[in-house]
Amino acid sequence: MSQSVENIKPSYPLFRDQEYVDNLAAKRAQFEERHTDEKIDETFLWSTTQEYQDLNFQREALTINPAKACQPLGAVLCSLGFEKTLPYVHGSQGCVAYFRSYFNRHFKEPVSCVSDSMTEDAAVFGGQKNMFDGLANAKALYKPDMIAVSTTCMAEVIGDDLNAFINNSKKEGHIPEDYPVPFAHTPSFVGSHTTGWDNMFEGIARYFTLNHMADKEPGKNGKLNLVPGFETYLGNYRVLHRMLDEMGVAHSLLSDPTEVLDTPADGEYRMYAGGTTMDEIKDAPNAITTLLLQPWQLEKTRKFVDATWKHEVPKLNIPMGLDWTDEFLMKVSELTGKPIPASLEKERGRLVDAMTDSHAWLHGKKFALWGDPDFVMGMVKFLLELGAEPTHVLCNNANKRWKKAVEKVLEESPYGVNGKVYVGNDLWHMRSLVFTDKPDFMIGNSYGKFIQRDTLYKGKAFEVPLIRIGFPIFDRHHLHRMTTLGYEGGMYILTTLVNAVLERLDEETRGMGTTDYNYDLVR
Amino acid sequence: MAKLRQCAIYGKGGIGKSTTTQNLVAALAEAGEKVMIVGCDPKADSTRLILHAKAQNSIMQMAADAGSVEDLELEDVLKVGYRDIKCVESGGPEPGVGCAGRGVITAINFLEEEGAYEEDLSFVFYDVLGDVVCGGFAMPIRENKAQEIYIVCSGEMMAMYAANNIAKGIVKYANSGGVRLAGLICNSRQCAREDELIMELARRLGTQMIHFVPRDNVVQRAEIRRMTVIEYEPKAKQADEYRSLARKIIDNKNLVIPTPITMDELEELLMEFGIMEEVDESIIGKTAQEEVLAAA
Repeated sequence: MSQSVENIKPSYPLFRDQEYVDNLAAKRAQFEERHTDEKIDETFLWSTTQEYQDLNFQREALTINPAKACQPLGAVLCSLGFEKTLPYVHGSQGCVAYFRSYFNRHFKEPVSCVSDSMTEDAAVFGGQKNMFDGLANAKALYKPDMIAVSTTCMAEVIGDDLNAFINNSKKEGHIPEDYPVPFAHTPSFVGSHTTGWDNMFEGIARYFTLNHMADKEPGKNGKLNLVPGFETYLGNYRVLHRMLDEMGVAHSLLSDPTEVLDTPADGEYRMYAGGTTMDEIKDAPNAITTLLLQPWQLEKTRKFVDATWKHEVPKLNIPMGLDWTDEFLMKVSELTGKPIPASLEKERGRLVDAMTDSHAWLHGKKFALWGDPDFVMGMVKFLLELGAEPTHVLCNNANKRWKKAVEKVLEESPYGVNGKVYVGNDLWHMRSLVFTDKPDFMIGNSYGKFIQRDTLYKGKAFEVPLIRIGFPIFDRHHLHRMTTLGYEGGMYILTTLVNAVLERLDEETRGMGTTDYNYDLVR
Repeated sequence: MAKLRQCAIYGKGGIGKSTTTQNLVAALAEAGEKVMIVGCDPKADSTRLILHAKAQNSIMQMAADAGSVEDLELEDVLKVGYRDIKCVESGGPEPGVGCAGRGVITAINFLEEEGAYEEDLSFVFYDVLGDVVCGGFAMPIRENKAQEIYIVCSGEMMAMYAANNIAKGIVKYANSGGVRLAGLICNSRQCAREDELIMELARRLGTQMIHFVPRDNVVQRAEIRRMTVIEYEPKAKQADEYRSLARKIIDNKNLVIPTPITMDELEELLMEFGIMEEVDESIIGKTAQEEVLAAA
């Protein structure tokens, strides 16, 4: 049963070796008190029925495979987007280990983030002492220029007051008086990771601008502010810079973690790299206005920008797909007076060309999808533009207004008639939906692979393949560098979708002498 | 519109915080002020005299019924009572379970997000459960919330202990923010020299006794009818007492970081006023039998 050094096998295929197969079978027979295969299959099949779905949708007190994460995760991503900034989570250590590993697994990069490790005594006496030591140690050890503080549930339940604790840390000399420590309360039991991003951004904007508005005036610096929201496609940050650069529009991308989450392997480890500078965020109120790229998740930011910076925030959709990228670029042009350059027109033309080329394959294909509110909204819109049919549209962390807005988008296209929108539901609901009303594909994060496995178990005809677009993607490499926004993003999504369709067709038509009459070289 | 003043009322349990607050708020409303009361006590009894109700539906109760706080609208939880006084109860769990402090945090966050403070208001009063037992009950005095704290007390020993403890709590927040102690309200229990005693305590805490509210049965008579004295019997002498308290609070400029006193100082003060006897160290820890033997 031992491994040989010359031929080390990973768990698969190792556990398929006869001795392991026998061993596991013996364990199962003697200790597991397992139901019979017939009983398990019977129950499995029942879980794929309409009857089960009806029960499933009556679930009240239980979430199974949520399609969302918690607030501090978003706060950490937001903080990583600022120059030489250390995300600091006031609360228990395990939570921070989770945020770090979650991002590690997606970005395949180290993620620096600290906790002040509150334990039982801190829960009783309050976490102020932890914060005193934590801020002083984090500053001394990791030498950030700014520490951005968020909270875990523990600190929130006992009601720790970040404002008071941070001010006291300064007053008592644990950190210098003028050292930037913006903060946000991010209770995990409220909202989701997108709420946390929004809260942290507002906290940072508040810290650097609220009491420094006297010499600020909208339009003074001639720039546009871009606020990305919880964005994990690094290409999206890059394409925003590129599009605005090509237009010759000066801009500040407020929170930009592309460097720190994509540092080159050149022999030197960097804890900090790139990011929005403090000067940029301080100067942000002087911009012409602020564009929110994921408006459905930036409610608190919008309020702050509107009330404090006095920016008239334009009503825009996420710049995904053709129409909404047009809308975005035309708004930028209108706000700055800069025309849309030939290079972007050409890029648009190429996307339209590509859409036309692939149109025949995507037409009428049915897609189930889930993810964050703006992503799902943009994906629905683009699918409709491609002539594809979004069927089950699910968002765990959106509100009823969002649901109505997506329904409106669906109504505007003949391809949207079969689309049904679900908010506050999880992936176990999605599993029921794809069993009872089978789409051709699912679009979502890695967690969808278990739904694909289950559908295949029922039979090849029931299998719904997963197309990985979203967050997190743990089981495929490098997709986080791709782009989903702008024409460039449209091209990536289109390429991914149409090739998934063609892969699937090849898979179904390679039966020797049965289906291979359609196993074509040219598609 | 004048700047919104946010005040929090603290004090020992059972001292009459809710009764005093509601009578005071009624007097303020009578004087033309626009007031909101935010009850921060799981018992949810901070608004009954204004609303003539047994207990108002609380934010936490309604959130639990609806599924989550996000499902609530402001008009579900904000009730309007006597002279347009706006009333909200945060609510919280049954005794012995859950976390009442978090209930207060959730409720106040909800009110802020829903814009309850953006309405036309001149005063907000937080009526807070007995003592500042955890971070949740300090929520009303965090930055950008209540700036003025009033402590209701009487000439009884435990009430004064509690007042001093609350002053200690205020110091923590006052040092890092704008919250200040604005005065002691003496709700008389008819102890001897009570007014002098509370004035002396106030002096030592660095503040003032803003008003001495005498004891009067009309308060109880009004309360049985779920009314404030101001509404039930506006001509009563007691109504004038609350009016005068209201006037003093409107004019109050005496906001301080308190200087809480030590246990020894407090006991010394109580002894000075004859509320506590000097302790005879020789009898401590002696049983009755031992005393008999010692005397023999």
